Amino acid sequence: MQYHAFVIKYAEIGVKGKNRYIFEDALVRQIKRVLSKCDGTFEVSKVAGRIYVAAEGFDLDETVSALQTVFGITGICPAVSIARDGENRLPDEDGICRAVIDFVDGVYPDKNKTFKVRVRRVDKSYPKDSMEMAAEIGARILDAYKEMKVDVHTPQILINVEIREQLNIFSEVIPGPGGMPIGTAGKAMLLLSGGIDSPVAGFMIAKRGVDLEAVYFNAPPYTSEKAKQKVVDLAGVIARYTGKIRLHVINFTEIQMYIYEKCPHDELTIIMRRYMMKIADILAAKTGCMGLVTGESIGQVASQTMQSLMCTGEVVKDMPVYRPLIAFDKQDIVDISLRIDAYETSILPYEDCCTIFVAKHPVTKPRLDVIERHEENLSERIDELVKTAIETDEIIEITK
Amino acid sequence: MQAYLDNSATTRAFDSVAGLVAQVMTQEYGNPSSVHHMGVVAEKRVNEAREIIAATLKADPSEIFFTSGGTESDNLAIIGAARANAFRGRHIITTEIEHPAVRGCFEYLKGEGYEVTYLPVDDRGVVSISDLKEALRKDTVLVSMMMVNNEIGSIEPVSEAGKLIKSVDPGIVFHVDAVQAYGKLRIRPASLGIDLLSVSSHKIHGPKGVGFLYIKKGTRIQPVCFGGGQQKGMRSGTENVPGIAGMAMAAQICHEDLDEKMKRLYELKRYLGESLSERISGIRLNGPSCDEGAPHILSVSISGLAAETVLNMLSAKQIYVSAGSACTSNNPHVSDTLKAIGVPKELLESTIRISMSVETTREEIDYLIETLSSSVEAMRKFYRH
Repeated sequence: MQYHAFVIKYAEIGVKGKNRYIFEDALVRQIKRVLSKCDGTFEVSKVAGRIYVAAEGFDLDETVSALQTVFGITGICPAVSIARDGENRLPDEDGICRAVIDFVDGVYPDKNKTFKVRVRRVDKSYPKDSMEMAAEIGARILDAYKEMKVDVHTPQILINVEIREQLNIFSEVIPGPGGMPIGTAGKAMLLLSGGIDSPVAGFMIAKRGVDLEAVYFNAPPYTSEKAKQKVVDLAGVIARYTGKIRLHVINFTEIQMYIYEKCPHDELTIIMRRYMMKIADILAAKTGCMGLVTGESIGQVASQTMQSLMCTGEVVKDMPVYRPLIAFDKQDIVDISLRIDAYETSILPYEDCCTIFVAKHPVTKPRLDVIERHEENLSERIDELVKTAIETDEIIEITK
Repeated sequence: MQAYLDNSATTRAFDSVAGLVAQVMTQEYGNPSSVHHMGVVAEKRVNEAREIIAATLKADPSEIFFTSGGTESDNLAIIGAARANAFRGRHIITTEIEHPAVRGCFEYLKGEGYEVTYLPVDDRGVVSISDLKEALRKDTVLVSMMMVNNEIGSIEPVSEAGKLIKSVDPGIVFHVDAVQAYGKLRIRPASLGIDLLSVSSHKIHGPKGVGFLYIKKGTRIQPVCFGGGQQKGMRSGTENVPGIAGMAMAAQICHEDLDEKMKRLYELKRYLGESLSERISGIRLNGPSCDEGAPHILSVSISGLAAETVLNMLSAKQIYVSAGSACTSNNPHVSDTLKAIGVPKELLESTIRISMSVETTREEIDYLIETLSSSVEAMRKFYRH
């Protein structure tokens, strides 16, 4: 079957009232962005609460995969589209019926199916109304294919016929990722490690239309160039959906060593994470972000007990910390990671700065007052170290 | 300053080699199987290369078969010989410290029903001939032994092994993986009792993606890949002409004044080992003594440090070495070789491999010694025990 178009379905945007155009325009922009990377020529248009993509010379799989990375899309319907002729006419009733019969034959070699026809008739120049047209087309299909049966309640095939500027026929609805179009919410700062959780957390927040920046804490020579490349690759996974992501690489070695030198080793991870959050908070405020995003999940590791989360979250003063995975089980996170193709990269075995200095028995129930008292040991140099770390921020722009 | 000291992983191609490869790719790009002039020119290149390489081994050009590198040479040798001799028996022998390209073939053959004996090594990484003697059986058809170990530079008693094998049964095929030895040691396969010898180009300053297998005339072996019947059907596929020409030129350069070059490398290696031992506490030089081992590989354990950390630190200073064996470091597991030679458990992950080449300079070695000795103590403070 040769498709010529896609009908794009979206859900939540439809109910956004007067702001609706903002969401639709963002969606159109994102669709154009991903299609510019695909073979073929595409024309994206917004007509009466629908987005259409007219397509030529394209590869169906490639195009659908690309559209499936656009947040806001709930369904992608490959369609046969018939344009008006030189005299601005669409096919007559008989022509429409024949087009639908051809369509059914092309898409469904096996005719042993139940179906229903739904007609939307924006062009009112036809004598029959939508219901009558649907009945007529249905009857003609039954004539043409004896095995097919009508089922108006739970049809196996729902054939949509839209008579508009052009004639669109489609039946299959390929699920899109859902969510809201990128660029409709604001920006947040993702704390990105090389693990499984943080890329998933970033993906989930981005799915709500949020633009992302990311920060990675690098600890050379204890972490390798390959570990850093892994994080760049993971940021790239998210950028497939968001289009771009700015990654800040913070050299954390000095701070980490200073903490190691001055503080009890069983509190190392907590204190280290407090400084990561602090630095992320400062960076986020500087870059116009409205929140931090982490991949934390209650109880997953010692530094993610509720006590630990309280201690690490406490340092963020300027904005909320979003933790989309907070109530997720590990397997659920892994499932998403697999689905977005991050997993293979996440499990590459390079040490990151969180794993390298881990104490044998880290505290699981840290007390804020105790942690704060021990952090006083750092007072001599820590402000200067944090300042230097932020000033030497290496910025990597990742575009997809 | 830069110090590339990972020459057992791969080497820089000689400038003249790179020039020749480019010339063949852009000017003499014919297919050696073509009948026209361009084909003849290409075929001549391949034949010349075969002669040059044969000369380095005092072998006959008809005994040289070009492959895509060390791994393919090992696969063709081991799987090809095992299959061709299966009618005589299904017992095959190798050592515990082989490169994964050899080990992988033996594991595959084991799955095919062959019986494998793995010879142990002593604390210098050397196989004992009496162990080999005991392992040989009536149904043994193949012995594979590396000449120089890629992780610790130990030199295996290939000559004695060859003599023993051939005295027991001339029909047993003797394969030697010489990927780390060729271009560093003089090798005369015919006088060593070797039937099959694997070599890779990119370890001797040639291009990557090419190598050869020496197949002694009359050796019972069958091809493992099939197609156009090139190279007498032993290795189908259009010859990698630029790679082959480049490899031959590199081989020729490496074999010029070989003894002097190796003498210089031994001096550098001794200097490196002694300096590190003197200037850094807790250093262990693994494997054979300096003179017993190959001239270009030094395995060093530094107590209280993770090899990865040392590597990263050195890399930031443009000094490039490997942890354990480079070929396995993207799949970190504790090295079988280091375990086999009895490196203490706590040092297994603290071991780096420094590997030199004819291009290595005294300045590079000094730079490494200075950098390591000035930073080890600071890094030790943060080692996770």
